[in-house]
Amino acid sequence: MTALHSIRQGIPLAIEKIEKAFGERQVLKGIDLHIPAGQFVAVVGRSGCGKSTLLRLLAGLDQPSGGQLLAGSGSLNAVREDIRLMFQDSRLLPWKRVIDNVGLGLAGNWRKQAEEALAAVGLADRSHEWPAALSGGQKQRVALARALIHRPRLLLLDEPLGALDALTRIEMQQLIERLWQQHGFTVLLVTHDVAEAVAVADRVILIEDGQIGLDLDVQLVRPRPHGSPLLAAMEARVLDRVLAQPELPIPPEPVSPLPTQLRWAL
Amino acid sequence: MRNTTLHKLALRAAPWALPLGLLAAWQLAVASGWLSSRILPAPSAVLAAGWALLASGEIWQHLAISGQRAGIGFAIGGGIGLLLGFITGLSKWGERFLDSSVQMIRNVPHLALIPLVILWFGIDEAAKVFLVALGTLFPIYLNTYHGIRNVDPALVEMARSYGLSGFALFRQVILPGALPSILVGVRFALGFMWLTLIVAETISASAGIGYLAMNAREFLQTDVVVLAILLYAVLGKLADVAARGLERVWLRWHPAYQAKAGGQ
Repeated sequence: MTALHSIRQGIPLAIEKIEKAFGERQVLKGIDLHIPAGQFVAVVGRSGCGKSTLLRLLAGLDQPSGGQLLAGSGSLNAVREDIRLMFQDSRLLPWKRVIDNVGLGLAGNWRKQAEEALAAVGLADRSHEWPAALSGGQKQRVALARALIHRPRLLLLDEPLGALDALTRIEMQQLIERLWQQHGFTVLLVTHDVAEAVAVADRVILIEDGQIGLDLDVQLVRPRPHGSPLLAAMEARVLDRVLAQPELPIPPEPVSPLPTQLRWAL
Repeated sequence: MRNTTLHKLALRAAPWALPLGLLAAWQLAVASGWLSSRILPAPSAVLAAGWALLASGEIWQHLAISGQRAGIGFAIGGGIGLLLGFITGLSKWGERFLDSSVQMIRNVPHLALIPLVILWFGIDEAAKVFLVALGTLFPIYLNTYHGIRNVDPALVEMARSYGLSGFALFRQVILPGALPSILVGVRFALGFMWLTLIVAETISASAGIGYLAMNAREFLQTDVVVLAILLYAVLGKLADVAARGLERVWLRWHPAYQAKAGGQ
């Protein structure tokens, strides 16, 4: 358990005047955000506000139309290997067994590490099953193990708990929180669930119409008891702000790559 | 307990009842003289003819030569189809450059080329192998192309974000993702393989199952003719079983094939 448990410094993130447009539509309109190393940040907002787009830019899946992304003072692209993204759907390869999914993209003798990563998410006994045999929550835990084995210094979570039932969600939140405390990476969690955001994050960022609408520090001691009035008050504050905004017509989320772009994959 | 065993037995026997009944009726019809053996020999006569050919060892020679033609033709046609499918599926320029040409050739019924093929290759082995290769190329090409185009782009995106690219991406993500479709193509191609071979062997041959049948026809040996037809059917079935076997091994991760493997 040594390799997985050693502390590496998280990435300090500087997002400077980031803009992103898809054709005519301006999705991000100059976002400025500084995140100190090891901070747990939750990004909330309505559907189509641009929060997932921001995450895709940070993950390097899309390129910004303007502005720059920095890790400390250097380029974020230089530390690409230290950034891992966990998707909303687990995106496990159905033709690889659980342990081989965890070891995806690794060379050399990674099996022992993969077993440790699976043990860290509580799935050590499922390592030789096909992903099809797992529940939604278990698949997401495998995806988490797959991200952790790379010992990321920045973990990007794109609504990874969105499709899970309420109890599994709470379990996963606690798991992510625990692993974050062990590893000390920086976390950016995109979620539409404000309660989840205030429950796990140090800081909640609200994105409205491509801009930062609210930047809220959640200075509550951990572990945070569920249903605490302080959490509820925080949640209410964010929700009031979200709901005060007139609802936007929801444009379709950009999906990339398009099926026709697949051939560029090689 | 006994009841359920009987029930299971009945379930197993049910699919066989109709074919066995038909065989019995056929045998009776010939034995009673109602059906001339010139038109259709009795099943027992077909069995006897099969036994005689088996005893003389002649049948193996015909089976081997037909199997060889089918195998070589399938390997060439399937290999080219797979390769073309990879090229057009993976590269935009490959698709632009090749796909419409391949689709145009595909629309020519390959058996219509027989007169031309005879002019090119004569009536040798090469003609038969060429026809089989042509017949198996397109189903595999189409399904490989289609399979690659339909690999989940979300999985490709994920794999790339985990550092896979080039051949590793192809081997670990794109090929396995396209494999269900490719195997459908293989099953289609195996069907075309036998069909083409049957036609090619009836044109002219000095060995093979088709030769066996055409030769027997000249001597009015209807039992051997029927035997040859049955041999083709058995070979077709064997090829299909082999393809299913591949599916069960290569697609064992797929819930649909797991269920099948457990249920049958």
